[in-house]
Amino acid sequence: MTQTENEIVEGIGSDYAIKYGFHVAEDYFFKSGRGLSHELVDAISSHKNEPDWMRKFRHKSLDYFNARAMPNWGGALSEIDFDNIYYYIRPTEKQADSWEDLPADIKDTWDKLGIPEAEKKYLAGVGAQYESEVVYHKLQQSLTDQGVLFLDMDSALREHEDIIKEHIGTIIPQNDNKFAALNSAVWSGGSFIYVPKGVRIEMPLQAYFRINAENMGQFERTLIIVDEDAYVHYVEGCTAPIYSSDSLHSAVVEIVVKKGGRCRYTTIQNWSNNVYNLVTKRAVAHEDATMEWVDGNLGSKLTMKYPAIWLVGNRAHGEVLSIAFAGKGQHQDAGGKCVHQAPNTTSVITSKSISKDGGRAGYRGLLEVAHGAKGAKSKVVCDALILDDESRSDTYPTIRIDENDVDIGHEATVSKIGEEQLFYLMSRGLSEAEASAMVVSGFVEPITKELPLEYAVEMNRLIQLQMEGSVG
Amino acid sequence: MALLELKDLHVSLEDGTEIVKGVNLKVDSNEVHAIMGPNGSGKSTLSYAIAGHPAYQITQGQILLDGEDITETEADERAQKGLFLAFQYPHAIPGVTVTSFLRSAINAVRKAKNGAVDDPIPVPEFRTELFAQMERLSVSRELASRYLNDGFSGGEKKRVEILQMAMLKPRIAVLDETDSGLDIDALRIVAGGVQELIGPNMGALVITHYQRILNYIKPDFVHVFVGGKIVEEGGPELAKKLEESGYKEWEGVPA
Ligand SMILES: Nc1ncnc2c1ncn2[C@@H]1O[C@H](COP(=O)(O)OP(=O)(O)O)[C@@H](O)[C@H]1O
Ligand SMILES: [Mg+2]
Repeated sequence: MTQTENEIVEGIGSDYAIKYGFHVAEDYFFKSGRGLSHELVDAISSHKNEPDWMRKFRHKSLDYFNARAMPNWGGALSEIDFDNIYYYIRPTEKQADSWEDLPADIKDTWDKLGIPEAEKKYLAGVGAQYESEVVYHKLQQSLTDQGVLFLDMDSALREHEDIIKEHIGTIIPQNDNKFAALNSAVWSGGSFIYVPKGVRIEMPLQAYFRINAENMGQFERTLIIVDEDAYVHYVEGCTAPIYSSDSLHSAVVEIVVKKGGRCRYTTIQNWSNNVYNLVTKRAVAHEDATMEWVDGNLGSKLTMKYPAIWLVGNRAHGEVLSIAFAGKGQHQDAGGKCVHQAPNTTSVITSKSISKDGGRAGYRGLLEVAHGAKGAKSKVVCDALILDDESRSDTYPTIRIDENDVDIGHEATVSKIGEEQLFYLMSRGLSEAEASAMVVSGFVEPITKELPLEYAVEMNRLIQLQMEGSVG
Repeated sequence: MALLELKDLHVSLEDGTEIVKGVNLKVDSNEVHAIMGPNGSGKSTLSYAIAGHPAYQITQGQILLDGEDITETEADERAQKGLFLAFQYPHAIPGVTVTSFLRSAINAVRKAKNGAVDDPIPVPEFRTELFAQMERLSVSRELASRYLNDGFSGGEKKRVEILQMAMLKPRIAVLDETDSGLDIDALRIVAGGVQELIGPNMGALVITHYQRILNYIKPDFVHVFVGGKIVEEGGPELAKKLEESGYKEWEGVPA
C-alpha cells in the first residue's frame, strides 16, 4: 500500500504531453486514403485476405451505418468529419512476438508507455495495437498449454474462423447503433480470448491501444469467451498524441461468460483530448456467472460508453464500476446497463463522476428487470463531485421494472469539495492542489480499491495529472 | 523573540462581524498557555485565524512565527513552518486512510523543509513511528486503515488529531477543545501524550472551556478569554478559580 503512494507521488508533475502526447514519424507498411466508402471496406477486407462472409458482413454494416441517423443525445457528435478520417493504417508487415522485432520508433513508443516492463512484472499476456493492427502479441506458454487462446482478432479470424463466425455480431448486432455499425464495417485489430472450462488465469491479460497518426480512426473489435467455471481479467489501456484536429476511436467488445465463469474487464482510458471515444461494450452472463466492467474514463474529447451486462442465467451477477473524470474541454458521458432476464440475478452499478475546469461528466444508465426475473436484486449508486462552478454533472438513470418480486435500490449524490475539507488538509501542510487531489482520490477509492495494485496506482496517478490540469 | 506572537489580532467573519477583538499573546517553546473562555467567546475563531483559515479575515494586527510575519501566509505554508491546529471538529475525508493521509502530510512538510524537493519518509521508518505513536496514544491499530475521521466517534477523532500532531512534530500546537468528547481515561492518555511533547522543541496553546484538561497539561500561563478579548491573565491558580466561579465575573462587561 505504502509503495503505491510513493509511486503516485513520483508521478506528480509529469504531464500528458511528455508521457503520452508525443508522436513518432509515420513510416507505415500501408495507409488508406481518407474517407469512408464501400471501396475502402473492400480494400480493408482484401488487404486482410478475409473470407467472403466477413467481406459481406462489412459491406452490410456500412449500409447500416449510412442509413442510421446520428444519435441526438449524449454528446456533440456533429463535428466528427467522417471524410477526413483515415480508417485503416497497417504500420508493420508482420506481427511480432518479441519487442525487439518491432521497428525502432514503435518499440520506443511501447517502452515509453512502460508496456514491456509491465509484461515482465505482472501480466500473463499482452497485445499491443498500433493504429489499426496489433503489432505485438504474446501469451505465457503455460496458458497456451492449458488451451487458452489470446490473439488479435484478425489472426483469430484466420485461425479460428468457426468460433468467430459463430459469435461475432451476436452479442452486439452489427446494426445495434450507428457506431457499432461503423466498427462492424471497418474493424481491424482488437483481441480474441477463449478461456477453456475450469481454467483460471490469475494474472491479467492486457491489451494496449495506441493511436499515433493525426485524424486516425481506430476500430478494434474484441471478443471474449469465458467457458464454464473459468476466469479471466482483461485490462485495456489507451493513449494518443495531442493533435489540433480530431481522431476517432470506436470499438466493439462482445463477451460471453458461461455457467459459473467470471470475467473482469478493466479499462483505463486516457486518450488525448482530441479523440472521440464512442464504444459499445456488452456481455452476456449465463447461470451463476459473474461479469464485471471496471471502466475508468479520464481522457478523450467526448466519450460515450455504457458497458452493458445481460444477465440471462439464474443467479448471474453483474457489476459495473465506472469512473468518469472530465477536465477542460472534455465531456464524459459514461455509465452502465444491467438487464435482468433470469430469476435471482443480481447487479451493482457504481458510478463516480468528477468534473473540473468547465468539464462535463455524467452518468447514463439503464437498469431493466424483465417479467419473470423473480428475486432480482440491483443497486445503483451514482455520485458526482463537481470541483468548480463552471463544471457540470448530469445523471440520466433509466429504470424499467416488469416484475414485482424485486429488490431495487438507487442512490445519487452530487457534492462539491468543501472549503472546510480543504482547509483541514491544508492545515497539515498539503498544498491546495494536493488537498483537492486527495479528496478526489478518496472519492473514487471505492473503485480503485477493486483494482490490482499496479492499476490502482496508474488510476490515481492519472487523477493527479487531471487535477493539475495538464492533460491535453 | 517569541516562537508564536499575536499582536493586536482582530478577526472578522465573512459578513464583517468582528469576533476576535484585539488579542496580544506570546507563546514560546517549553511553554503551555491556556486560553479559557465560555462558549461562543471566539476561541475557535481565534484558532482558525492562527492556522490560516481563509474564511476568517484578519482585519487588524499580526501573527508572527519566529518573528516572521505570517499574517498573509496560507494554511499549508504555516503548517510547513511548524504550526499545528488540533480541530475542535475534525473533518472526514472519505476514501483516504489515516495512514495514507499521514504519509502525504509528513511528506508535504518534509518536501517544504527540503527546498521544495521531494524527500519522502522511508516506509519502514514511517511505519515504526506510526505504530509507536499509536501505541503511546492508545489508538487502536485498526484505525490506521480506516478512512480519516469517517464514522469515527468523537473520542476517536480527538485521539487521531493528537496522533497527527505526534507524527508531524510541530513546534507550536494549538489545541481547540481537545478535551471535549473524551472520557476521563481517554483524556488522561491523550493529554498525557501532549504533555510529553512539550519541551525545547514545542510549545502549546491549549484552548478550553473547562479546567479538567489542565490537570494533565500543566499550564504556565492562563488567559481568560471573553467576548473576543483576553480579560485577565495569570498562572495555573487562575484556572482553579475559573473552575469554581465560572466566567460570570466578566460576562456582560461591554466589549
Ligand atoms: N463560519 C462562521 N459563520 C458564522 N458564524 C460564525 C462562524 N464561525 C464562528 N461564528 C460565530 O462566531 C462566534 C464565536 O464562535 P466560536 O469562535 O466558534 O466560539 P467558541 O469556539 O469560543 O465557542 C459565535 O457567535 C459563532 O456563531
Ligand atoms: Mg470552539
